[in-house]
Amino acid sequence: MARRQAPEINAGSMADIAFLLLIFFLVTTTMDVDTGLTRKLPPMPEEPIENEDIKVKQRNIFQVLVNANNDLLVEGDIMDVSDLREAAKEFIIGDPNFLNEEYPEGKEETIPLLGTVMVSKQIVSLQNDRGTDYGMYITVQNELVAAYNEVRNEYALRKFGKSLDQLEKESANSKKAEMQVDAVKDFYPQRISEAEPKNVGDQ
Amino acid sequence: MSKFKKKKGGGQPAISTASLPDIVFMLLFFFMVTTVMREVTLKVEVKRPKATEVNKLERKSLVSYIYIGEPKQMYQGQYGSADRIQLNDAFATKRDIIQFVEAEREQRDPAEVPLMTFSFKVDEEAKMGIVTDVKQELRKANALKINYSTYKTDDIFKDQ
Repeated sequence: MARRQAPEINAGSMADIAFLLLIFFLVTTTMDVDTGLTRKLPPMPEEPIENEDIKVKQRNIFQVLVNANNDLLVEGDIMDVSDLREAAKEFIIGDPNFLNEEYPEGKEETIPLLGTVMVSKQIVSLQNDRGTDYGMYITVQNELVAAYNEVRNEYALRKFGKSLDQLEKESANSKKAEMQVDAVKDFYPQRISEAEPKNVGDQ
Repeated sequence: MSKFKKKKGGGQPAISTASLPDIVFMLLFFFMVTTVMREVTLKVEVKRPKATEVNKLERKSLVSYIYIGEPKQMYQGQYGSADRIQLNDAFATKRDIIQFVEAEREQRDPAEVPLMTFSFKVDEEAKMGIVTDVKQELRKANALKINYSTYKTDDIFKDQ
């Protein structure tokens, strides 16, 4: 083996260059995954709707008011925001027989997998002031969404033996799980209605 | 012959580092692909609120951002310290929203326009009044998919 040894270039500093580039890109990279609460705005009405046309019975509405001082009024009572989730859950679940006057009425609906069931006519109504802090608004929104998610989770666990998150993960490759997710969502539809804000506090 | 020839014949042969450039390029390409350079310079102070029930924003190319907050210190002389809206690189008023929505739509594939999301990056201290105004303008522009940008946390009441 008389292979002539070519002189090798010392490439030891290549590693330094690699680290230099690596550190540069590490510093400039922002790997923030954007997260947030996704909502859908109601479309603008084509023509102004008469106020009398949309009457919802008082017992079907869960009223949440936030004033300019970030105080919370739930169904006419002052409440701390940390208690909102429990109160909303209680309202969403309501009375299983729909007889109690304090809880929302039921409506017969046909849902795949569940058959014809009584579904609560619940609506959560949220109204805030123009002076409410955005942080407070997000907290309230978050608590209401959390209440729905918890109720749905409990229901899914009882009905199908799996939590909703689990079913949603499985729904990517299982038709049955997808139907179960839809059934749970149909049974407890998320109805958060936002009224036009009032301007009571200044600004 | 060669000047560089080692005098000693024995000893350990040097480890070949010829593949190091490949590693460099691999890393370089990886980070080049994943790096998203900031497109806008923030002119408003935005400290996003926290929430637990968050969704991930998918398809970043279909997301347009609306920033609302107090102007940064350097702009306060000119714009005051009341909450302002920032669209792209400039301060805007709520009257500019519809135009902004149209401009954003024009940049996208018409088939993807219905999937566009408008993400609110709003300071937690901002007042709802200005946010509501923006929401009303979005409704007028028929841009109904929105997202309130938040940090994910496990317990919002922990440090309040």
